[in-house]
Amino acid sequence: MYVAVKGGETAIANAHRLLADRRRGDRNLPAITIEQLIEQLGLGVDRVMAEASLFDRSLAALALKQSRGDMIEAIFLLRAYRTTLPRFGTSKPVETGSMQVERRVSATYKDLPGGQLLGPTFDYTHRLLDPSLLEDGMVDQAVERPGTPDHVMRVSDILDGEGLIEPDGEMPEDHVAGDLTREPMEFPMQRDLRLQALARGDEGFLLALAYSTQRGYGRTHPFVGEIRMGLVEVELEVPELGFTVSLGEIRVTECQMVNQFKGSAKAPPQFTRGYGLVFGQSERKAMAMSLVDRALRADEFGEDRLAPAQDEEFVISHCDNVQATGFVEHLKLPHYVDFQAELDLVRRMRARHAAEMNRDIDKEAAE
Amino acid sequence: MSELAAYNFAYLDEQTKRMIRRAILKAIAIPGYQVPFASREMPMPYGWGTGGVQVTASIIGPDDVLKVIDQGADDTTNAVSIRAFFQKVAEVAVTTHTGEATIIQTRHRIPEETLKEGQVLVYQVPIPEPLRFLEPRETETRKMHALEEYGLMHVKLYEDIARHGRIATTYAYPVKVHGRYVMDPSPTPKFDNPKMHRSEALQLFGAGREKRIYAVPPHTDVVSLDFEDHPFEIQTFDKPCALCGANHVYLDEIVLDDGGKRMFVCSDTDFCETRRAEGHTGEMLAPSQEAAE
Amino acid sequence: MQIHETSLTGGFTNPVLDSQNVFRTVMNCMAQPGTIGEVAMGVEPPAPLGAAAGAVMLTLCDHDTAVWLGPHLLTPGITGWLGFHCGAPLTKEKTEAKFAFAHHKAPLPSLMSFAQGTLEYPDRSTTLVIEVEALDGGPTLELKGPGIRTTALLSPKGLPEHVLKQWAKNGQIFPQGVDVILTAGHRLAALPRTCKISLKEA
Repeated sequence: MYVAVKGGETAIANAHRLLADRRRGDRNLPAITIEQLIEQLGLGVDRVMAEASLFDRSLAALALKQSRGDMIEAIFLLRAYRTTLPRFGTSKPVETGSMQVERRVSATYKDLPGGQLLGPTFDYTHRLLDPSLLEDGMVDQAVERPGTPDHVMRVSDILDGEGLIEPDGEMPEDHVAGDLTREPMEFPMQRDLRLQALARGDEGFLLALAYSTQRGYGRTHPFVGEIRMGLVEVELEVPELGFTVSLGEIRVTECQMVNQFKGSAKAPPQFTRGYGLVFGQSERKAMAMSLVDRALRADEFGEDRLAPAQDEEFVISHCDNVQATGFVEHLKLPHYVDFQAELDLVRRMRARHAAEMNRDIDKEAAE
Repeated sequence: MSELAAYNFAYLDEQTKRMIRRAILKAIAIPGYQVPFASREMPMPYGWGTGGVQVTASIIGPDDVLKVIDQGADDTTNAVSIRAFFQKVAEVAVTTHTGEATIIQTRHRIPEETLKEGQVLVYQVPIPEPLRFLEPRETETRKMHALEEYGLMHVKLYEDIARHGRIATTYAYPVKVHGRYVMDPSPTPKFDNPKMHRSEALQLFGAGREKRIYAVPPHTDVVSLDFEDHPFEIQTFDKPCALCGANHVYLDEIVLDDGGKRMFVCSDTDFCETRRAEGHTGEMLAPSQEAAE
Repeated sequence: MQIHETSLTGGFTNPVLDSQNVFRTVMNCMAQPGTIGEVAMGVEPPAPLGAAAGAVMLTLCDHDTAVWLGPHLLTPGITGWLGFHCGAPLTKEKTEAKFAFAHHKAPLPSLMSFAQGTLEYPDRSTTLVIEVEALDGGPTLELKGPGIRTTALLSPKGLPEHVLKQWAKNGQIFPQGVDVILTAGHRLAALPRTCKISLKEA
C-alpha cells in the first residue's frame, strides 16, 4: 500500500546542517577568517563586489566564505543583501582622471606622460606552480615608486585633444543616470543603463562575447587605449550643506578601448570608444566590458547588427549570472505536473499512431 | 556586520512595496497586460518563485492566512521553504486548507476546490510572455500586444494540428483575457485553464526574473485559444485517484516499483486528504484506514 | 517653503501595517468595482483632503510618483503634507502625473487631459483620486465589467458631470485610459478603465 512522502521541513533543515558541516570541513584545521580572504584571495572578493554591485570587502568576503567559494552563490548572497539597503543619495561621478594609479598601461603609445606602470599584474609571470606557496615563507616587501603623481593624463584625452576620437559620452545636461535595480528595464536601452548591466554582468559571459567580436562576430578593430587601476574618491553632494562630502576611496579598474570608425557624410573619420569600469582589480572584466560596450553601439554608427555581441536584447537579457543561474537551476524543482501532461499527450499520440499502423496493415492484408 | 538581519515586515522595504502595489493596481485595471516592474533580488533564486514572493509580500498583512503549494502539494520542498519564509518575515498564519486561506501562492497548479470571493491566488511565473517562444524579442512582442496582433500564436497552434493532429500544448496553454490580451497562465496544466474563467478569486501573477506583474480580476473572461474544428479540451484520466477515489481531478503518476507498476493520485494534496477524512477511499488506500470506516 | 503645522501630523501611526491595510482595501475595490471600502485608521490629512484620499496618498505616492493636485487641494498645508509624508514631487503637467487628486468643489479637467498611457505601455496612465460628497445618495450608476459577476450599483453624490460623459470614451481607447478612485471621507470605491457605467433609470 502506498504512503506519500512527507517531511519536507525536516529534510531541508538536515540538508542545511550538512551544508554547514561540509563548509567547515575538518575541525582540526583553523577556520578561515574574513580578513584572510580579503588579504589573500582579494581578486575573488573583488569579483563578488563587482557583480553584486556593492562595494564592501568584508561582506563580500563573508559571502564568499558562506558560499564555500562558489562565486555566483556569493554574488547572489551579496545582491540579496544590497536590495534591502536604503538609498541615501547618488554620488558624483567618480573622477578616474584623478585616480591614484597602481597600474596603468597603454597599447597605443610607447611612452606617455605618467608612463607605463605595470603594478600588481599576472602579466609576464611564467605560469609555473610555485612550491614556495605551500609553506608560509617570507615574501619580500614590494618596491614602491617614489612620488606617485596625483593626476595621470588619460590616453583618450590625448586623442581627444586632436579631435581624433569621438567626445566622451554625450548625455543631455539634465540626464539622471538610470538604475536598472530600481526601474523596470526597457528596450532599446540608454548607454548608461547598458553599462550598468555590463558592469554587473557575468565575467565569463562578457569574456566570451568580447572574444567573439575579435573572431569576426561583430568586429570593432580595438586597441587598448588605456587600462588603469587604482583608488578613486567617492563624493556626495549634500544640497542642504551646500558642499561636497568625501565618502572614501574605492579601488576600480577602468578600460578605454579605442576602436576604428570610418566616418560618415556628417562626421569626419574619428576613433570610437568602448568603455569598461569595474569595482576592484579586474582587468579581464573591464576589457571585455569595453569591447562589448563598443559592439552594442552598432546602431549609433550605422553598423549592421548581425553578431550576438551587437544584439542589445540578447546581451543585456542574458548577462546577469544571478538571473541565469536561478532559471537554469530551477529546472531541478519538481515539474511533474507538467511532465504528466506531456506524458499523457505522448501516450495518446503513440496510441493513435499504433492504431493507424494496424489499420494500414489490416488494410494491406485485406487487399 | 552583526546588524545584518534587521528586515522589514514581509521582507521588502516600503518603497519597493509601494512600487509593486502600484503595478498590481494597474495590472488589475488592464486584465492580462504585463506591467513591467523593478523586480528586486530576493533571498531565493530567480526562477524559484521570486515574482510570486514579491507579490505576496506586497499584499500580505497580519490578518491573512497563507497557503503555499508547488505542483498542487503543500509539502513539496520549495513550497515548504516559501511558507517558512513568510512565517519568519511576516509572522502570518499558514494553512494547507484551500478554503481557509486568504492568499494562496502557487506554482504550476490551481487548487481543485473552487476558490471564493475574497481569496487571492498568486501565481509564480517563469516566462510571462506567451509569445516569447514564437518571438524572443521583447521589443517585437510588446508591439504585437499593442496591436493585438496574435496571428503568430494561431499559426503555431495550427501547425501543431497539422503535424500531430491536435494542439500539442499541454501546459502554459495560452488564454485570452477580457477579449483583449493573450496571456500566459503560467505553466499550469491546461486542465486548470477552465478554473481561471470567471473565477470569484482575484488572480495575480508575478514574474521576478522577467520583471512583470499581471492580473485577472474576479468574474473576468479567460478563454483558452482554439479553433472551431479543434475546440479546446482538457486532459482526462482513465481512473479515479487511487487514494481518495476522486474523478475529474488532476492526477500525479507515481512509479511504485522497478517493474513499471504505477498508480495515479491527486496532485492537490489538500483536496485528497480532505476527501479521505470524509471517508472517500480509492483502491490503493491503506487497509487500516479502510477498516476505520 | 514654509512648513505648516498640519504638514507634519496626521500620518499613519504604524506606516508599515496601515499602508498594507489601505492597499488591500484599494486593491479589493479596484478588483471589484462597486465595492465600497473603508479606511478605518485615524489618518488626518490637512483639510479639505479627505481621510481616505490622504490614506491612498500615503500608501501609493513617493519619490517616484509625480502628483497633480486640483485647485481646491493645492494648499500649502496639503503640499507640505505630501512632501513631508510621501516625498512625492508635485507636477503642474497633468500628462506627467502618476496620481491626480481632485475635489468636487473645484472643476475637474477633462479625463483626456491626464496621462492615458501608450498602446505599448498602457499602465503609464494617471490614476485619479476624486473626492466626492458621498458614495451614496447620488444618481445610481450601473457597473459592468471585470470584477463584477453581473452588475454592481454605486450612487456617488457630487461626481463631476463630465466624468460620466467622458467615461465611455475612456473605455473606447482601452487598453489606454485613466483609472479612478472615488473617495468620500473615510470611504472609497474604484472605477478601473474596464468598468462600463450606465445611468440607471429611476
